[in-house]
Amino acid sequence: MIHAQDLVKTFGTVKAVDGVSFDVREGEIFAFLGPNGAGKTTTIQMLTTLQAPTSGSIRIDGLDPKTQPHEVRRRFGIVFQDPSLDGELTALENLELHGVLYRVPRKLRLERSEMLLKLFELWEKRDAFVKTFSGGMKRRLEIARGFLHTPRILFLDEPTLGLDPQSRNQLWTHVKYLNDTEKVTVFLTTHYMDEADRVAQRIAIIDHGKIVAQGSSKELKEQTGTESLEQAFLALTGSTIRDETAGASDQMRQFMKAWRR
Amino acid sequence: MGAVFILWLRQIKRYSRSRAQIVASLGQPLLYLLVLGFGLGPVYQQAGRGSYLQFVAPGVVAMSVLFTSIFSGIGLLWDRQFGFLKETLVAPVPRLHIMIGHTLGGATIAMIQGLLVLVVCFIAGFRPEHVSTVPLAILFMALIAVVFAGLGTAIGSTLQNMQGFQLIMNFLVMPIFFLSGALFPLNNIPTALAIVTKLDPLTYGVDGLRGAFIGVSHFGMMTDAVVLFGVAWIFFALGAWSFSKIQV
Repeated sequence: MIHAQDLVKTFGTVKAVDGVSFDVREGEIFAFLGPNGAGKTTTIQMLTTLQAPTSGSIRIDGLDPKTQPHEVRRRFGIVFQDPSLDGELTALENLELHGVLYRVPRKLRLERSEMLLKLFELWEKRDAFVKTFSGGMKRRLEIARGFLHTPRILFLDEPTLGLDPQSRNQLWTHVKYLNDTEKVTVFLTTHYMDEADRVAQRIAIIDHGKIVAQGSSKELKEQTGTESLEQAFLALTGSTIRDETAGASDQMRQFMKAWRR
Repeated sequence: MGAVFILWLRQIKRYSRSRAQIVASLGQPLLYLLVLGFGLGPVYQQAGRGSYLQFVAPGVVAMSVLFTSIFSGIGLLWDRQFGFLKETLVAPVPRLHIMIGHTLGGATIAMIQGLLVLVVCFIAGFRPEHVSTVPLAILFMALIAVVFAGLGTAIGSTLQNMQGFQLIMNFLVMPIFFLSGALFPLNNIPTALAIVTKLDPLTYGVDGLRGAFIGVSHFGMMTDAVVLFGVAWIFFALGAWSFSKIQV
């Protein structure tokens, strides 16, 4: 379903992604793990047509994002690391906008909106403005939106960041349910090893832009001779702490937070 | 086409829901209209030029269209920084459609805002010369709106953070307004000023509005319309180009 071969992405002199290859099978839940700045988000951006790879090739459902970006875009849903909803619109309006952009026929759009909002327990709140939602509700709405156009693949970039254990647990239950019923392939990144252990059939660990190991959770543990996925992860990536420089958007977010207070 | 429409509609919805903002944005034009209109009125009258309120009202209308359309374009900066833009950029829709929807939405809002200010002007005592030329004035308002919504989109796509916003405000938007002849007649002004005013697209907008509303036009309404139309295309193309360059 997803095929990446020798992907490279350089920003100036920095190699964010350095020769990454992997395959994700249809209907599989595939987790991409790595410390901050390892190249997870850049890889997702390349897979989802937001960034062009410096070299290497990608096939999404057999299509090349470079030559058929719109066909590729129609085939996946994505939940970004940071929110991408319009707070000034209601939950239902956000879904409507998405449905129109993806050309989901009106009737189907309404049916699926209702089904998904009910599944993610947001149906009661459908006419409330998204700016009044909690972090967990926004996340749920974004995931519901990602499923609206019946994608073949769902990309989840750290979807549980900043959520409480209850919300995280519930979120994965829903994602697993839809993976099961709609046969959606799921590609996710996360920092929580227990989540990856629980939901993902296969895991790739990326560090400094390179995949250092991939396989099932069991295989990774065996390979490193460790008891838990977390230990396996630390054994593979070391225990130094990675610091990312803050970009303009981080500063803006800080500014907004200070301003709202 | 669906994408253009839904993004246009989004702008209209957001605008109609921010009542406080609508009222607040009437404040500045009102200040110009009342303070300058009545404050400078007597001097203007003594100079033998008639009513200053009649003269300045089209300028104030043009000002509100200018501000609203540029700011709606700059709103793109917020969409970008707070994520919503990404949702539209990964959608299977050409970027040009997204840009057109956003920009036309901004232009429409600016038109509505301009009409509101026009009503306020009317209440304050402004009277168009002929009712028959009012549609022509509305056409000029639309042209101004499209010109500056295009420019706003270009700026919103290029700006990186809110600090740049002040820069744009003081070194672009305010000069465009003050140099447009919105507040003073263009006859007998110093040559240097005359040249600069001729380079300001809003000058032609204000002049066209004046032609339509009070029958006084410096360049002639035809010239005004042609210039605005040309600049609209240039700014729209500039906006589309900068928008296509946005990196997530």
